[in-house]
Amino acid sequence: MASNAVRRRLQTGISSILILAYFVFSLFPILWMIVVSLKRQSEIFTTRFIFSPTLDNYMTVLFGQNVAGGTGAIRTDFGGSFINSLIISVTAVLISLVVGVPAAYALARFDFKGKNDLAFTFLSLRFAPELLVIIPLFIIYHKLGLYNTYTGLIWVYQLICMPLIIWVVRGYFEDIPPELEYAAQVDGYSWWHVFFKVLLPLVSPGIAAASLLAFIFAWNNFVFAMLLGGAQTNTVTVSALSFLAAEQARYGEMAAASVIAALPEVLLALGIQKYLIRGLSFGAVKG
Amino acid sequence: MSNHADPTIPLNMPATPRKVNRWRKWRPYLIIAPAFLLTIGIMYPFLTAVWYSFTNYSLTRPTFEFIAFKNYRIILQDPSFWNAVSVTVRYALGAVAVEMLLGLGIALLLNQEHWLAKALRYVLIFPLMISPVIGTLIWKLMMSPSVGILNYYLSKIGIKDFPWAASQKTAMMSVVLVDVWIFTPFVGLLLLAGLRSLPRAPYEAATLDGGSAWFTFKTLTLPMLMPYMMVCLMFRLIDSLKMFDIIYAMTGGGPGDSLMNFSLQAYFNGFLYLNLAYGLAYMIILWLIVYIISQVLSAYWGKAQKRAVGQ
Repeated sequence: MASNAVRRRLQTGISSILILAYFVFSLFPILWMIVVSLKRQSEIFTTRFIFSPTLDNYMTVLFGQNVAGGTGAIRTDFGGSFINSLIISVTAVLISLVVGVPAAYALARFDFKGKNDLAFTFLSLRFAPELLVIIPLFIIYHKLGLYNTYTGLIWVYQLICMPLIIWVVRGYFEDIPPELEYAAQVDGYSWWHVFFKVLLPLVSPGIAAASLLAFIFAWNNFVFAMLLGGAQTNTVTVSALSFLAAEQARYGEMAAASVIAALPEVLLALGIQKYLIRGLSFGAVKG
Repeated sequence: MSNHADPTIPLNMPATPRKVNRWRKWRPYLIIAPAFLLTIGIMYPFLTAVWYSFTNYSLTRPTFEFIAFKNYRIILQDPSFWNAVSVTVRYALGAVAVEMLLGLGIALLLNQEHWLAKALRYVLIFPLMISPVIGTLIWKLMMSPSVGILNYYLSKIGIKDFPWAASQKTAMMSVVLVDVWIFTPFVGLLLLAGLRSLPRAPYEAATLDGGSAWFTFKTLTLPMLMPYMMVCLMFRLIDSLKMFDIIYAMTGGGPGDSLMNFSLQAYFNGFLYLNLAYGLAYMIILWLIVYIISQVLSAYWGKAQKRAVGQ
């Protein structure tokens, strides 16, 4: 009897150590980044964890002033990139919602010719290599004048956001019994009324989760922004990389830029924990 | 009165008298039309891509002509292509293998009921949310010979000046490391969800019958978890075959061509050498590979689902 309890204690102990080991690996880089971003230029090359923090790097990065002093100020408009990312990602997600939620409903409820093919086509967009689409789009965009425009990027971002929204929200629609709709319709409500006042509130957790995930993936995107965007439509991901290309590597500012770039989504992730699994696996696994 | 003749009415809807609305017949198509149009908008570039790959379209030439399979023939004889194959396969296999094992391990560890496991479940996702480019930036900083913290700790245990991404020998493991850091949580979260949704009954029966933990794992957990593992495998394998962001951000394909996978070759050929058609040929081949793999793994996933339920 006693040995069983000891054994379990040992098991808990070992598994705790293993868990901690993994999470040190997992979280240390993020924490270290924050530390570096708060360090003065003079202290950057030390490995002290106790130091006097400064917000200079953030000021330089966000407002482009060379607050920190030293040589080789970087001329990137990171604050502008942040706003670009925000505009593009939010608009892309909104459009995907407007287009995708009805499509999800149709896929969930109706049974029409070509339904499964259509569904699979939506899904396969996610598996398409980005560069495959980018190269012809590059040519097309130049012809149409969509290169380096918000519109152009928002359009391409549909490739990322729409499949996600359709597949996640479809699952949530399928969870609602059809009888609910008929009951409302029998009561005399029009189909539109049912859709907007009854169904949408019911799937709103799914919509929220899918939107957040779509936003995160749109925010994180690099290739589309780099190749189809230009100087005016720089997103945060492209901008961050240009820090490395600068002559004098300003590590503190690089770190600050990374923290600013990563922060929104890390915080958002906390909000969608519950619905995450379904979204990430395209409904293959119920959360 | 049956509603089955009307495709707009869901199959399981009870037959009720309703106002006839002529517009209703077109409803599903109308609703789906916007999404469908968007998809066409994507298919068009894709089809153009296929077409262009059969030409010698290049931004250095004012005109281009149809050259059928010439691009593909050239590619298959190009040693850079076979290097790309090797790099892509090694990256994908390395990353996926580690992620699946580590992910399974962390899922099993976090599935327990003590406070540490429960608390850290919420934090598991953080690396996954960070953009691969930013994540690579973070690791690049850590691997930096001057400011990096990694070499500092490594030197304390006797390993001096580890080159990380600067040397051809260690570059691959450096990028795979970043991939693993970002995407293990994906596997971990999925498998954790899977573990938590497994039925209790078989386990209770097993404890009654006696049997080691390893035995329950092998005959119960593993087969029931297979469908989830197949989903993870499919997503991770395909994504890592296509990977561009991490490698580009880390070394841009170098040192030398030790990290030039398919996507990077397509980028170089298409945008740096401006030979767009050739770059497209690379991507078409990649897409074919990805398509085949997704079909094969989908089939296995279906089988695994059946086996899991039959257990």
